[in-house]
Amino acid sequence: MKIEKYIPLLLLGLIVWAIGLDLFGYIIPSVLFYAIGLTFVCGLGVFIYKNSLLKYTMKRIGEAFFVIFLIMTATFLLLRTIPGGPFDEEKALPPEIKANIEKKYNLDQPLLTQYALYIGQVVRGDMGESFKYVGRSVTDIIKEALPPSLLLGFYALILAFLMGIPLGLFAAARHNTWIDNLCMGFAVSGIALPNFLVATLLVLFFSLKLQVLPAALWVTPWHYILPVIALGIRPAAFIARLTRSSVLDVIQSDYIRTAKAKGLSARKVLWKHVLKNSLLPVLTFSGPLAAGIMSGSFVIEFIFAIPGLGPHLISSVSNRDYPLILGLTLLYSIMLIFANLIVDLLYTFFDPRIKLS
Amino acid sequence: MMKSNSLWQDSWVRLQKNKGAMFSMYFIILVSVLALFAGVLSPYPFDEIFDGKEFLSPNSKFWFGTDSLGRDLFSRTLYGARMSMAVGIITALISMVIGTVYGSISGWFGGRIDSIMMRFVDTLIAIPSLVLLILVKVFFDSFQLFESLEARALTGMVVALSMVGWVTLARVVRGQVLQVKELTYVEAARALGFKPAHILRKYIIPNILGPIIVLLTFQIPSNILSESFLSFIGLGLQPPYSSWGVLANDGWKAMQTYPHLIFPPGVAIFLTLLAFNLFGDGLRDALDPKMKT
Repeated sequence: MKIEKYIPLLLLGLIVWAIGLDLFGYIIPSVLFYAIGLTFVCGLGVFIYKNSLLKYTMKRIGEAFFVIFLIMTATFLLLRTIPGGPFDEEKALPPEIKANIEKKYNLDQPLLTQYALYIGQVVRGDMGESFKYVGRSVTDIIKEALPPSLLLGFYALILAFLMGIPLGLFAAARHNTWIDNLCMGFAVSGIALPNFLVATLLVLFFSLKLQVLPAALWVTPWHYILPVIALGIRPAAFIARLTRSSVLDVIQSDYIRTAKAKGLSARKVLWKHVLKNSLLPVLTFSGPLAAGIMSGSFVIEFIFAIPGLGPHLISSVSNRDYPLILGLTLLYSIMLIFANLIVDLLYTFFDPRIKLS
Repeated sequence: MMKSNSLWQDSWVRLQKNKGAMFSMYFIILVSVLALFAGVLSPYPFDEIFDGKEFLSPNSKFWFGTDSLGRDLFSRTLYGARMSMAVGIITALISMVIGTVYGSISGWFGGRIDSIMMRFVDTLIAIPSLVLLILVKVFFDSFQLFESLEARALTGMVVALSMVGWVTLARVVRGQVLQVKELTYVEAARALGFKPAHILRKYIIPNILGPIIVLLTFQIPSNILSESFLSFIGLGLQPPYSSWGVLANDGWKAMQTYPHLIFPPGVAIFLTLLAFNLFGDGLRDALDPKMKT
């Protein structure tokens, strides 16, 4: 039977389950995260196999590994050539103690040996131990900080799509009217608003003035509202503009004229024929969008004191916590690379005219 | 004989019809002038501390009020404009030069050189830009090349942002060069035996200048945004020096008690980014009527 038809359903079910748990204040068990990941990978695998994209995917994954290796090497060398080590405190440590610490983290070895040791570690799936949080491995820190970051990014992404697409569609459908101008005015303003300003203004108004929403932390769904809006509004504005211009393109095409000529209602034409065909540019934008949301989340997590990855990155840089910086850089790069790969693969599904090779 | 307009004249006429873009252009010029003459225009030095005058609300002596140390916020906003605009514009120009040279070499020679050069670009693109920005900035800052802290901060920021910014330009320029180099006038230039550098400079780059300039106008606001981002999270410029990001951070810290501090830098950032985006849109429509959305 057609298994592949049920995998997206299963995936959707699992995601809805996880969101439900989260929104009702339960902690999402890590099993559920793994299950979602596994289902997604299975679904993707079946999709790749059925569309005979196996060769292409393998090539891309090979390239991705190469790029990740390059990033790892470059970051490692960059960090180790910076003058001033992680243990140069204001209060100088006694030389014996410093030597001991450096020995523990292999900092006394030549650079190449350190590099070889690090690569060996990473290959075994161990990103080393943090310099500042003594006794905690980078993998542990990431495991703990990833879920809030993922949830924040996911909700912001959903918000961006749910706001951006209808806004763009609406503006295009009422092209050159005040509605169009209003929507695009909103979109242009959204692009010009840095998210730390949005966040500050939201907190100022909703938390300090009206006192209806919490100003910080990531505990209940009430805490989610402000950070998600602050993070999602800029991508939403981008998507709105993109959708509008793409819809305006599609509206002029012949098959839309045909659809109108055969007497379909304007609403049906818009939602069924126009929207479906104008979402491709939006899909293309999803790669950069994911990157933007990732970068944006640093600042949002910093402002709202969300225990995610962003604050760790910021503090690890000022602490010179090499293993943590390296681990986070790798994690972010891997996420970005695979987001782009998935977007490219999905492309063939939404536009069968495109052949990947 | 009919007088024919050059491409640039036509574009200028089209741009003038776009009121939003023209208004934005005047606004950008105004901000640039204010930034350039910040030293003359601001009533007080940016780091002068008035004891006992902390957190004043806007009044006739201090137009935007004073900050947590009793410094005049109006002066600091003007100096902030200088820093933010300088970072935005200088960085965009450097990215443009590097990106154009890199992209045109890659596109012109093609083949193996192209694929190696583009692989490097792909690697840089695979690192989220903010992470790359932070890494390069920390790396560069650690060398402490200059005596003055202000120069150090400015160059660190410019180098980091240029490292990130040129990549997009290189990609676009390469794509454009790939298209243009097949055209007949380039073939003619080749047949005449000109050197590649000459052909690129005289024949190809003038013809792809439109998209490059449009990208440049969009790079400036994105640089201003990144600068304020970094300064906001404390990895950019440090007080007492002033940029809009530093001021926004000051405002955010004092938000609970003195919310008026966030507005001058916030409004400045918002209006400037808005103006650059509107102007960029107008410029794109004017330079390339086919792309009009």
